[in-house]
Amino acid sequence: MKRFSLINVLLLLSIFLTAEEMNEDHIDHSPLNSKCFNCHANSTYTFFNEFQERTVTKRMNPYFLIDSVIFYDQNHKSFECVDCHSYDYRSFPHDNELSLDLMPTCLDCHEGDDATADYHFEEIDKEFLESVHSTKHSDDFTCWMCHNPHTYKINARNNQNIKETIVYDNNICLSCHADINKYQLITNKQNPNVIEKHDWLPNQIAHFAHVRCIECHTLATNDILVAHQIQTKDKAVKKCVECHSKNSILMASLYKFRAVESRNKFGFFNSVILSDTYIIGANRNYYLNIMSGLVFGIVLLIIIIHAILRILIK
Amino acid sequence: MYLYPLWVRIWHMVNLVLFLLLIATGLSLQYSSNDYTIIPFGYAISLHNITGVILCVGYVFYLFANRFTSNGNYYQFRLTGMFSRVFKQFKYYSYGIFKKEDPPFPVSVGRKFNPLQKISYVVVMYVFMPIIILTGLGLFFPDFLPDKLFGTSGIHIIDLIHIVIGFILSIFMLIHIYFCTIGKTTSANFKSMINGWH
Repeated sequence: MKRFSLINVLLLLSIFLTAEEMNEDHIDHSPLNSKCFNCHANSTYTFFNEFQERTVTKRMNPYFLIDSVIFYDQNHKSFECVDCHSYDYRSFPHDNELSLDLMPTCLDCHEGDDATADYHFEEIDKEFLESVHSTKHSDDFTCWMCHNPHTYKINARNNQNIKETIVYDNNICLSCHADINKYQLITNKQNPNVIEKHDWLPNQIAHFAHVRCIECHTLATNDILVAHQIQTKDKAVKKCVECHSKNSILMASLYKFRAVESRNKFGFFNSVILSDTYIIGANRNYYLNIMSGLVFGIVLLIIIIHAILRILIK
Repeated sequence: MYLYPLWVRIWHMVNLVLFLLLIATGLSLQYSSNDYTIIPFGYAISLHNITGVILCVGYVFYLFANRFTSNGNYYQFRLTGMFSRVFKQFKYYSYGIFKKEDPPFPVSVGRKFNPLQKISYVVVMYVFMPIIILTGLGLFFPDFLPDKLFGTSGIHIIDLIHIVIGFILSIFMLIHIYFCTIGKTTSANFKSMINGWH
């Protein structure tokens, strides 16, 4: 039997209040979720140990700790815990065998789902199956490896702040590639040092802050907004002009959602980039191009005429 | 007459090489493409950065040298009557030269530059050069630039100023080189740059 401490009650209140402030239209303040968060949103949990016939306090396994505030601000915030986890988790102590259950993947719910058709889950799954994450690893590599179901929130589509999207998306990659503990869940290989592997990249800090890993490491396609076909390292973009040119690949990836107005030749090429940054070679201006060519031509013509006249009159 | 001391000649030659490299690499970067390669992007970036830093050092040297030697005097001018003097020189280049008129402001030890040269050199060296160096340093250290400037990204505005001034300086260089052919002979001024004698 669990005992509610004053702190836990306050925490529950704060969950309700914060969640309500964050989104008024949907939150199902599931009492069942609250019961789960009573333990899983705290670093310790207290229960009555029937064998010892006393109340004990234990430390929560940090990997089973869920930030309830973040949970109620993410994509699946209206879910009950048992929508994904076994219904038997409602009893405590939990049966150890429950942890052997297979967790559902995205397609288990979203396949053929009209409500989420815009996200093209089937195409995403197809790309994922062709990516190194799927071909080089076991079935243990599921959607959840990158998209933490307790925290994942769509970003590229909703967030107008590209820099925030970049940080958010890159942190997904770094959650494995900069964390040996998680990396070793799927492989025994040595985790490559991201900084050292990108030694060749000029102005590394600026690149890491202004583009996502997937810009160079995926094959962008037309169907889906965020490419999921992670390529082998030998296929990664290494040629500067792939981005630093008029036909920058960034328009098909990072700036895809805003790209409708781009390709406008009467102004800056790839103009959607300009509200956030500037990319040498990708953001030329049509008028400046014409004007500079014109001025250069006129000056050259005057010089040639002047020189010819000087020679003729000599 | 001996008009161009050794340090001026060396500085001028170094500037010439740097300008040519900066223009070539700058154009290559601005018009970088997947379809053609002027200078490979990575090399162009490195070369542009290195030559830019050397130009910056050379400019600081030039400022100090002009401050502590008599060479700085050639850049001083009176505003009174400046316009008419410049116009007189402009008229000479426009048609006086074709009528074999004498130059209105012949070169002397006390007057190395005619009024048109003087005003253009002052604008180039004391207005455009600081702007292109400062904007170049801004692009070299983009973290120090403001995120937003006039509603667009700060780095965009700074780069725009950098390339516009770069273009103006390129045009200046084109005219400057052509005007060097206007001497006693076509090659006289080029020889002066090497031996210092005018």
